[in-house]
Amino acid sequence: MSNAVIEANGLSKRYGTAYAVHDVTFTVGAGEIFGLLGPNGAGKTTTILMLLGLSDISAGRARVFGHDPMREPLAVKRLIGYLPDTVGFYDNLSAADNLHYTARLMGFHLLDRKKRIAAALERVGLAEVADRRVGTFSRGMRQRLGLAEILVKDARIAILDEPTNGLDPQASADLLALIRSLKAQGVTIILSSHLLDRVQSVCDRVALFNAGEIALMGTVDELGRQVLGGGYAVEVEADGGEGIATRLAALPGVRNVAEPAPGRWRMTCDRDLRGEAAAEVVAAGGRLHQLSLDRPSLETIYTRYFQTQEVPHAA
Amino acid sequence: MRRKGSPWQGLGVVILKELSDHFGSMRVRVLEWLVVLTALAAVYGAIQDIRAVTAEDPFLFLHLFTTAREPLPSFVSFLGFLVPLMAIGLGFDAINGEHNRRTLSRILSQPIYRDALLFGKFIAALTTLAVSLIALWLLVIGLGLIMLGVPPGGEEMARAFLLLVVTIAYAGVWLALAMLFSTVFRSAATAALVTLGLWLFLTVIWPALAPAIAEAVVPSDDQATLVITAQMLARLSPSTLFGECVMAILHPTTRTLGPVYLDQLQGAVMGSPLPFWDSVMVAWPQIVGLVAATILLFVGGYVVFQRQEVRA
Repeated sequence: MSNAVIEANGLSKRYGTAYAVHDVTFTVGAGEIFGLLGPNGAGKTTTILMLLGLSDISAGRARVFGHDPMREPLAVKRLIGYLPDTVGFYDNLSAADNLHYTARLMGFHLLDRKKRIAAALERVGLAEVADRRVGTFSRGMRQRLGLAEILVKDARIAILDEPTNGLDPQASADLLALIRSLKAQGVTIILSSHLLDRVQSVCDRVALFNAGEIALMGTVDELGRQVLGGGYAVEVEADGGEGIATRLAALPGVRNVAEPAPGRWRMTCDRDLRGEAAAEVVAAGGRLHQLSLDRPSLETIYTRYFQTQEVPHAA
Repeated sequence: MRRKGSPWQGLGVVILKELSDHFGSMRVRVLEWLVVLTALAAVYGAIQDIRAVTAEDPFLFLHLFTTAREPLPSFVSFLGFLVPLMAIGLGFDAINGEHNRRTLSRILSQPIYRDALLFGKFIAALTTLAVSLIALWLLVIGLGLIMLGVPPGGEEMARAFLLLVVTIAYAGVWLALAMLFSTVFRSAATAALVTLGLWLFLTVIWPALAPAIAEAVVPSDDQATLVITAQMLARLSPSTLFGECVMAILHPTTRTLGPVYLDQLQGAVMGSPLPFWDSVMVAWPQIVGLVAATILLFVGGYVVFQRQEVRA
């Protein structure tokens, strides 16, 4: 990837003789949302901590905007905003004071700090409670405050570790909207989550971790092809016509055609072939009743993958 | 591997934040009041006794710190007991508190090294202790001036100031110990209990245990070696070192803190006070011992913290 801002090459983390992360290689492009998936203990957070320079790298190398997190952790930390799983704040301080502390660590001057903090709190919807002690905040508010910290920092990369964990649906939706707005302003995002539908709704690409290694990587469609044998499922319902199944199977990009019931066909294909399928039905002299498309669900891919691997999963 | 960037970046920010936390916290206020009230009670009791004795003593002011009036112990005895409590109170949850609040990974993802966080916390807590002790010291001196009506001499002030410095060093030992355990144990309660247990052991049990151990390891006919061994073992306790410093600094007639040999007494005028710097030299090994213990314990905590995983 030519515009890669994060590069991990053969990254490994060893505790004694056991590997927490083994030979992980991936790149993340500028402005991309990259999802890290996998069961607990699969190595997602360890990989994140190595990228941040917060955990030593046993083997391999990582680069963040060309900086080595091991040798130049301060430079890397200036570029990355990190929202850990279950983000913690100083409960005795107000939301604004918590942000002032980290902004001072970033080296921002008072006036600059005030402007950045006011704007960030406004954007995450916490401006009204800026002076309230964080001890009174709900989990959702804390997560938003964590995102506000990333905004104050003006981070070019945001690493979000399970950001929607434990949030109610509305708070999750709000947070995902904020994540999308970060992407819109050009921030590169690494998102680790168990909530697969959430990941699918925002991520451009995902890496599926299993036992410290990346088992699968790519877009959801690519993963669908790798695991399910096809990225899309097109369902056709029609009557009349001759040899519809044969015609549908002959379409380029179709992997297989099943006929679960008379007059119903299910095509597994590499792309959306609804238009071509409709044309074939009409060409065969049939009457089309229904045409629907199922995109591969990350949940289906994830479940199927771990069924084939016969390992427990925690999604 | 050499890392780029100063390990002290962000140190000032951490110190200011921690200082603000300490001075605003109820825990510190309670501990400060505890120390101030008990110490002032001891000084008030001492003043009543000092008034009854002669004002011809050239070190009258120093009696403020050492005189005990039943049932209250002396001011320095209070310091020896309460300063460790205050230091432990400030340090037992310094690092594990960050873990438990889940703030550690968030703070360390800012552009600072762990060095700055740990050192900043230590400096801030030691500064808090120093400010409290300086305030207490000034209160005692002021109270002495008002109630005794006699201004202290230069040497008395120098000795009183040295006592202040030694007390801060003594507090540093317990603070470093508490911070070491706050790094080792994830539970703040465990860290507090272990530190308090060790403090009680070193302050109460060890001084009594040291002679027994010495008797077990030294032949019974060698009395001089026995005494020296017992004293050396007792000096493993910071409380013993502090007590000996106090003895040398506040009792100017103290010529040695070990056994006195006959040849040392040749030419000595018994009962005459030593000059200030001679007293400093007498207490110097103990002062160095306190500072060294602080550094050693801090380095222990530093090494543990550097090797620790950040994740909650």
